[in-house]
Amino acid sequence: MNEAQGLQIDWAGLAPMIIVFAAAFGGLLVEATVPRARRLPVQVALAVAALAAAFIAVVLNSGKNAAAFAIEGTGLGSVVLDGPGLFLQGTLAILAIVAVLLLAERRTTRGGDFVAEAAVVADSAADRAQQREDGATEIFPLTLFAVGGMMMFVTAGDLLTMFVALEMLSLPLYLLCGLAKRRRLISQEAALKYFLLGAFASAFYVYGMAMLYGFAGTVDLAGINRAGVSSGQPRMFLYLGVAMIAVALLFKAAAVPFHMWTPDVYTGAPTPVTALMAACVKVAAFGGLLRVFNVGLASSAWDWHLILTIIAVATMIGGAIFAVTQRNIKRLLAYSSIANAGYLLVGVIALGDAVGQTMFYLAAYGFTVIAAFAVVSLVRDGDEEATHLARWAGLGKKSPATAVVFTVLMLALAGLPFTSGFTAKFSLFAAALQADELGLVIVGVVSSAILAFPYLKVVVLLWLNEPAPDAPTVNLPSPMAGTVVAAGVAATILLGVAPGPLLDIVDQASVFLNT
Amino acid sequence: MEVYVPVVIMFAIGLGFGIVSVVASRITGPHRRNRAKYDPYECGIEPAPSTAGPTKFPVKFYLTAMLFIVFDIEIIFLVPWAVHHDVLGIFGFWAVLMFIAALFVAYAYEWRRGGLDWD
Repeated sequence: MNEAQGLQIDWAGLAPMIIVFAAAFGGLLVEATVPRARRLPVQVALAVAALAAAFIAVVLNSGKNAAAFAIEGTGLGSVVLDGPGLFLQGTLAILAIVAVLLLAERRTTRGGDFVAEAAVVADSAADRAQQREDGATEIFPLTLFAVGGMMMFVTAGDLLTMFVALEMLSLPLYLLCGLAKRRRLISQEAALKYFLLGAFASAFYVYGMAMLYGFAGTVDLAGINRAGVSSGQPRMFLYLGVAMIAVALLFKAAAVPFHMWTPDVYTGAPTPVTALMAACVKVAAFGGLLRVFNVGLASSAWDWHLILTIIAVATMIGGAIFAVTQRNIKRLLAYSSIANAGYLLVGVIALGDAVGQTMFYLAAYGFTVIAAFAVVSLVRDGDEEATHLARWAGLGKKSPATAVVFTVLMLALAGLPFTSGFTAKFSLFAAALQADELGLVIVGVVSSAILAFPYLKVVVLLWLNEPAPDAPTVNLPSPMAGTVVAAGVAATILLGVAPGPLLDIVDQASVFLNT
Repeated sequence: MEVYVPVVIMFAIGLGFGIVSVVASRITGPHRRNRAKYDPYECGIEPAPSTAGPTKFPVKFYLTAMLFIVFDIEIIFLVPWAVHHDVLGIFGFWAVLMFIAALFVAYAYEWRRGGLDWD
């Protein structure tokens, strides 16, 4: 058998991922050859250019609905270029450009927020020496590797490719979490925690994949869906496989009870990396969840519907209630990201009826949360970020512009009308109602009401409290972080006032291949 | 089910070996207690006295070890390709070349950034 001869490859369809991975390797060569002083502009230019080119390649692919690899005309499931996959790839490319600009911010901390070696003992002589140096630029190739993995993750049509993509997006992120220049110890703790729990989740994924292979005789998602109807194997394999794969994916998506890592990692990781995780990883994780449940497990929906509903309710209520008690702005945003994972899970449970609205929610939430973390990185006590909420009191009197921007973002996260938060929640819950998920929608609305409280508390704190005499300073952002904040706020308001065009796009892109 | 019989026998032998070892050493072995035996990670030797707190020692060798593992795995992937290169043809050749190039970039990076220097 000569399979290699009959293999047809859609190179144009693979171009976005190839560009991003090639640029990541190029970035490593830049690290090896270009002198230290000139690395930052080269790396930023390379990363932004690659992501922009990837976005253009995705746009050129739009309308495709086929597998990227085929043998004698029969598509292989490994990489599937369909509406949702391409839309999420494009979303990832745009969000990643914004995140890269935030990573490149050098005015708020001189030399940048990153060190080169994560594993050096905190506060040792070597560690203090590397803190004095200008920030490391390896973060850009690492980010590109992670983003490339995410792009592969949302288009992976079989469990094996999905696992490779899962590792490819996770490993650079574990490392990025440990590279904070300030507060080294908590950053290392975050990296280790994320790595250990993430590795554990990956093990669950592999075991679940083995179970589903035992059940279906294939790792192809469409094949697993067919086996859900016709397989003669014991149904127990299916239950175990679905449960274990769901554990791994829900871990990445930060759903209760697999959310324990989220607040600690979000707090410990450098804020630009947290922004990358909150926006891009969320998109990738839910892209994967949508595909697995819509393409692979739609035929066995009755087997997993109840348990996923319980998890969604726990995530919505748990995230919202814990968010109320937070006094640290990064932890508050972390718990809010957990609650938002709950709303997105409602979209996953509603299956085909809500795919487009879930993707719209992901895009809207991604822009808002990146801008929110960008503002967090601007408000500083001397060298460090002022993350304690009490320190933000009266910011409206000292730096009104920053306070206005943050107020808009908080109102969007609270889901007030004329912001993207409202349109996204409204369309998502409306779609869930069409899928007869009334109970989940009621819980979602209650949870949103609870979650609005901490956001509005922050707004009150910003405007109605008197600033402390030693209130933190707000650093003027460089054009880099300035662009991030501007883009985030613009998208938040635009998607709130005129969501029509993007809703049309997600509507057209909402059908998975092979469903 | 017959195919699983060797696996079951294997488990039984493993279990039996463990039980026999523990019981035999309990019956026949000498019982002399000392401090080292109560350590969490007991290996029979009392650890050298150290200063308070965690001791620090250089772990630079991990970079060399990582590089070794990377090239070790490269060999594992090259062998099956070499055995079947006639079947895989020119496509397989380019695929393997890309794989080697990717590893070479990582090697060049580690080399140039001083990962192979001891001090």
